[in-house]
Amino acid sequence: MTDLTNLTVAQIRDGHRAGDFSAVEVAEAFNTNVAGAKALNAFIVETPEHALAAARQADADRAAGTLKPLSGVPIGMKDLFATNGVQTTAASHMLEGFVPRYESTVSQKLWDAGAGMLGKLNLDQFAMGSSNETSYFGNVISPWRRKDGGNAALAPGGSSGGSSTAIAARLCPAATGTDTGGSIRQPAAFTGISGIKPTYGRCSRWGIVAFASSLDQAGPMARDVKDCAIMLENMAGFDPKDATSLDLPVPNWEAALSSDLKGKTVGIPKEYRLEGIDPEIDAMWDAGIAMLKDAGAEVVEISLPHTKYALPTYYIIAPAEASSNLARYDGVRYGLRDLPQGAGLQDMYAATRADGFGAEVKRRIMIGTYVLSAGFYDAYYTQAQKVRTLIARDFEQAFASCDVILAPTAPSAAFGLGEKMADPLAMYLNDVFAVPASLAGLPAMSVPAALNRDGLPLGLQIIGKAFDEQGVLNAGLAIEERAGFTARAEKWW
Amino acid sequence: MSDYRIKGETGEWEVVIGLEVHAQVTSNAKLFSGAATAFGAEPNTQVSLVDAAMPGMLPVPNRECIRQAVRTGMAIEAQINTWSRFDRKNYFYADLPQGYQISQLYHPLVGEGSLTIAADEKAGIPADKVIGIERIHVEQDAGKLMHDQHPTMSYVDLNRSGVALMEIVSRPDMRSPAEAGAYVRKLRSILRYVGSCDGNMEEGSMRADVNVSVRRPGDEFGTRTETKNVNSVRFVMAVIEGEAKRQVALIESGGTVVQETRLYDPDRNETRSMRSKEDAHDYRYFPDPDLLPLELDEAFLAECRASLPELPDAKRARYLAAGISAYNADVLTAEVEAARWFDALLEAGAKPVAAANWVTSELFGALNRLGKDITESPVSPAQAAELLGLVADGTISGTIAKQVFEKMLESGDAAGVIVERDGLKQTSDTGAIEAEIAKILAANADKVEQYKGGKEALFGFFVGQTMKAMQGKANPQVVNELLKKALA
Repeated sequence: MTDLTNLTVAQIRDGHRAGDFSAVEVAEAFNTNVAGAKALNAFIVETPEHALAAARQADADRAAGTLKPLSGVPIGMKDLFATNGVQTTAASHMLEGFVPRYESTVSQKLWDAGAGMLGKLNLDQFAMGSSNETSYFGNVISPWRRKDGGNAALAPGGSSGGSSTAIAARLCPAATGTDTGGSIRQPAAFTGISGIKPTYGRCSRWGIVAFASSLDQAGPMARDVKDCAIMLENMAGFDPKDATSLDLPVPNWEAALSSDLKGKTVGIPKEYRLEGIDPEIDAMWDAGIAMLKDAGAEVVEISLPHTKYALPTYYIIAPAEASSNLARYDGVRYGLRDLPQGAGLQDMYAATRADGFGAEVKRRIMIGTYVLSAGFYDAYYTQAQKVRTLIARDFEQAFASCDVILAPTAPSAAFGLGEKMADPLAMYLNDVFAVPASLAGLPAMSVPAALNRDGLPLGLQIIGKAFDEQGVLNAGLAIEERAGFTARAEKWW
Repeated sequence: MSDYRIKGETGEWEVVIGLEVHAQVTSNAKLFSGAATAFGAEPNTQVSLVDAAMPGMLPVPNRECIRQAVRTGMAIEAQINTWSRFDRKNYFYADLPQGYQISQLYHPLVGEGSLTIAADEKAGIPADKVIGIERIHVEQDAGKLMHDQHPTMSYVDLNRSGVALMEIVSRPDMRSPAEAGAYVRKLRSILRYVGSCDGNMEEGSMRADVNVSVRRPGDEFGTRTETKNVNSVRFVMAVIEGEAKRQVALIESGGTVVQETRLYDPDRNETRSMRSKEDAHDYRYFPDPDLLPLELDEAFLAECRASLPELPDAKRARYLAAGISAYNADVLTAEVEAARWFDALLEAGAKPVAAANWVTSELFGALNRLGKDITESPVSPAQAAELLGLVADGTISGTIAKQVFEKMLESGDAAGVIVERDGLKQTSDTGAIEAEIAKILAANADKVEQYKGGKEALFGFFVGQTMKAMQGKANPQVVNELLKKALA
């Protein structure tokens, strides 16, 4: 019998529909894998009973002929989404033990579509990080290892590192992620899976613990492009509870998937050719260009002149918003409260926040507080907003001459755990290719394209026009079909 | 020009006043959540997930709150900004769940406008005066701390958290406590006409931050202090007077006024320093990234405009044009309920001048006696119109009308019914009146002598006696004519 955990979302859905196996069998198989993968530390909370309950319902629905789009599919839920009755922590001590009495819009949509939950996935604390090392619950370890004879533990990427590892290690066929400055795409690239950040506003932010409101966007992570399309269809949609939600119908992305790119033009941004970058990254990029040409696309060079300002802009805007968004964690109403003997309100704030937030979160709150301060606001925040507008305009102008943009997802393959923790700037640099699309609110995805010399996955990024997730998915599919990426991490855990 | 001056030891000082009035928007729901807003509910019973700032919660603007603020802006003839934006004002306090207040610093909903306070000689306002209003912006209220529930802890009530406020910021155009008092009363009146705020200052629906500075007449503005959360007109005036005197005394004794925030203690009638500019918060204002800019379209603005009622100034002008005295027009337009009642009376056919006199004296007097406000009046405008109609067409006299009105208040019966039943119709039967006049003149021969000798003031005495003899039912005009004839 086939190992059910090797199946994609589409295969599980279709196989269950056809009666090849029961949903309970699928849930049990994944529950077993989850239980056996503690060494990866991908989950903060495991919810096997939730997965089983949804599976039983799916089996009943099949018998009754009332199957839903994701009936029988168990998934992982990034622990940034509020889940009713299930601890939601954002991987922080601050929210350790916090059990919401409400369900995020995106997770509710997935449950309504018939999906089940295998557990809450680990992440960088409050989604701040690129390696998953800032989690209060310990770092996730990538299932991948370098083929250099060593056993160095590698970063699964961040912040959606629990999601990427769980999918790569076959602990779930798909998972939710959130992307503020690359948090879906970079971990997907690091672990040889696919992930798409849709246009800002496609997925409701209601019930997702906020990091940087103007950038945060939920999206799916899965083994292939088709699964991303299926998942996204069941996550996206207008939500009146989110004032920034897009009031647009959700297209049938899966049905319109096509890798035929005849008549499409692909833009190659010359500013993304970084000096001193690993030649393997450039080689993968060139291979990707060839694949899209092979799929019928025309390739043109484009310019995104403000690219070099994207990272500094991001690291002003995101911390500024975060410093305000995280002010609510004050020990007054929920979560951690640290009340030293005889302490007053200010002491409680100081003690609670000193204890409840990790170093990276504190660093960003400090940066954000600084750039919003009187006397610095115009020099930093106002200026960053102006540059953000220019970056968005770069893309608009580039899209006058192309339909999608192709670039690397990250400037390197997965790095070793601990390698960059001492140097925040080196860590931030890992998001250099991901951040511009976030600032512009554009849909962007990463698909696995190659292995590097150490046998580690590399990802290619496709950036699309606003609302054109279809164009992004189609170009991603064209690469997927040609890259023939079948490598997977050998089980060591 | 106000000639209100603080007389210091070194001469006279002029007071400069600006007010920031916080008015709670009348709405069933909060500014960014669906939670209810009733006053006086049990603590923490009107709190949504958004108001408590639970993780992942997002604000969504409440259309009705925006609409009420726009209508208010239109009522003060202000510029309505069709593009405005919400900003976050960041600070930590236990009554502020989000750690920031959503407000509008950079792009308020309503721009420059004004209102006019009426001349009031007695209060030292010699002529109508226009007070500039700089802006109105919309913001969230905070919750409330309760310090008296536990020996060592403070409790937090979030019922008010997220309630919509309009902050109405005046120009520093006022020069006396009386002007400031008139401004607050006028603003309150307008808000209540518009229906955007109930103006209930005791319940905290309206409160003012009072900015006061002093200067030598004609000099530049002095340094101002801001006294927070003053919740009655009387207190606003007391704060200004006290604060102006304190500043003058301070300056004259060689000190300088520091820009600071002060609190008013009504029990001791004094203000005390809360915090100075040096320890003022850095609020780190920035545009709220959870909210898109607020853009208003023409249809929305047109609906807001069309829904505005006749406002106090227009109503007052209409009353004056109908011949009503300035005093009565002021009294009738001050409170929207009285104005509505009076308009209903006019619509029922009452003559404006007589109706105004009757409402401001008879009706208000009766309501005062009964401890009722006009919305609880036992007599309806239609019933009152009938009563006034009977006076106007000569069926009863003014004196009898008072009796009829008393009976209406007691029994609830219609005026016509009472007049008919109790035989109160006025008589013009000259024979009966002449007979009574003859008796009175005969019984008061001495006074007739005096009258004829030139003491014409006695005429009133004869009228009174005749009316009394006729039990008030004689037509006064007929009495006058017949008396004149008899005394000729």
